Amino acid sequence: MTDILRPSRRQLIAGSAAALLVPTFARAQAPAAPGSAVIDVNRARTEPIPIAIPALTGEGDAAQLGQNIAGVITNDLGRCGLFRPIDPAAFINAGATGEVPNFQNWKVIGAQALVTGRVESQGGQQVRVEFRLWDVLPGTQIQGTAYTTTLTNWRRIGHIISDVIYERLLGESGYFDTRIVYIAGSGPRSRRVKRLAIMDQDGENNRFLTDGSFLALTPRFHPTRDEIAFMSYLNNKPRVYLFNLGNGQQRLLGNFDGITLSPRFAPDGNSVIMAQTNASGGSAIMTVGLNGGGSRRLTDGSAIDVSPCYSPDGTQITFNSDRGGDQQLYVMTADGGNVRRISFGQGRYATPVWSPRGDLIAYTRFGGDTFSIGVMRPDGSGERILSESYYCEGPTFAPNGRVIMFWRETRARDARGDGFSARLYSIDITGFNERAVTTPTDASDPAWSPLGA
Amino acid sequence: MNIKILGAFAAVALLAACATPPTAATSGSGATVATAGVVPGSQEDLVKNVGDRVFYAFNKSQLSSAAHATLDKQAAWLKQYMQNNVQVAGNCDDRGTEEYNIALGQRRANAARDYLVAKGVAGSRITTISYGKDRPTAMGDNEQAWAQNRNAITSVR
Repeated sequence: MTDILRPSRRQLIAGSAAALLVPTFARAQAPAAPGSAVIDVNRARTEPIPIAIPALTGEGDAAQLGQNIAGVITNDLGRCGLFRPIDPAAFINAGATGEVPNFQNWKVIGAQALVTGRVESQGGQQVRVEFRLWDVLPGTQIQGTAYTTTLTNWRRIGHIISDVIYERLLGESGYFDTRIVYIAGSGPRSRRVKRLAIMDQDGENNRFLTDGSFLALTPRFHPTRDEIAFMSYLNNKPRVYLFNLGNGQQRLLGNFDGITLSPRFAPDGNSVIMAQTNASGGSAIMTVGLNGGGSRRLTDGSAIDVSPCYSPDGTQITFNSDRGGDQQLYVMTADGGNVRRISFGQGRYATPVWSPRGDLIAYTRFGGDTFSIGVMRPDGSGERILSESYYCEGPTFAPNGRVIMFWRETRARDARGDGFSARLYSIDITGFNERAVTTPTDASDPAWSPLGA
Repeated sequence: MNIKILGAFAAVALLAACATPPTAATSGSGATVATAGVVPGSQEDLVKNVGDRVFYAFNKSQLSSAAHATLDKQAAWLKQYMQNNVQVAGNCDDRGTEEYNIALGQRRANAARDYLVAKGVAGSRITTISYGKDRPTAMGDNEQAWAQNRNAITSVR
């Protein structure tokens, strides 16, 4: 189990980045302020930005590392759908040394942006990775940064560079230096093994966190700590647990009668909001303090109220309830007041999640033979279906609110369950660029980590 | 565990093709007919001679008359074998969402438990749990399989 433990991951690289000066012989230009997009994101949606990402240069082993890091960046930017990495076969004299590129060589192959960099061993396990982002047409440096870290962090360096490129060119923060916690499924459906698992957002560095001896469901990331809230059937008692990614320990959250389920952390990380079943057949929304705070019930539990999720500012809660007869989406204030229904389309609605931007709620909608993933504004207006299939469920937002991940199941074709599968997918909130996320086993219940977690 | 799986296979094999919930008769062969080699008061006795499960309509937790008949037999059996405590597990088909289905399965388990208690079984002898859609009996994806999987299953603890 020790392999899975990565203490203080959030601090491994932060603080070791240094700004690189624009080379003196390059035309000096003040870097664009963060948020002022060099390239408009709306244009990029229909016309991805052509970007050249040659291998970062280096001597000996560092050369291979430079190629690998460029590969991570290429994969990140290509998969997000807003960039078009140019095939390296088209590059002209890409390995030329010197700090300032020959922009003409990149202009003629249609590159709008160019990434260059260099990897140097610092002795032992330490490496220094330097990268520069160039605006090819005017021939100016947009960004220059150097990172010092241990060798084993090379993938993270690639993701961090991808996030810098994304932010500088699109004017909004990225989501590449993130992880996905999810449920890995295996075995026959009637005795399904479901394990807590975690991986980088691109599917790499997959690790199983629980051994499959009990069902694990619905994991969610803590906003600032390396901690996961999830539902566990440990000892045949289905309850919400907290899993510490630092030491691999899990602990029961509170001591409640009935089942506790559908946990999510409050935006400030000081409490968990979840549901608790009761003897009358309903379930109530409640909050539980994490720092010695008590619990507080927010709904009366006369209906099934589940799947609560806070707005990013913590003032409101969206949740799922059958109080009106069948499953619909509701919004209420953080103290449980002013409950109002927001879903009025055809079918039933479930699993509402609030975008980190605050502007949208994503959900599962279903009826008959079709399940859908959709988004609507928090007042219920502007409903848009992003993806439909035989079965899909459980949207989770990337930390920038731009991409949603969910899972899809295929229909069993026989009584043995052959043909059944469960897989993760991601899709842009505009409904384009749907992509499968590769996992070593069946996968469900994805939850996106905060940026840099 | 093996016994429970046997019971599950039997239920699948005997299921009549119908869109309505399976009746209790499909999952047991009648309380009065003892099966050779089955230990009275055992889990196997419950499965084969009483009926260990009741079925529900889509997204419902109301007990049908067939479910009442099965639970009546379970209550009589539990009064006969006072040493037995049981777990009632609520289950759902997989045409619903995970978290809601856990609560729905619990509602189904509660409905069966409440009926047994009303028929005189001490509530202290019955625990309940919900597996939502995570422990289906039938592994297919069609109306028959889903009807099998919307149930509350009683097992000896």
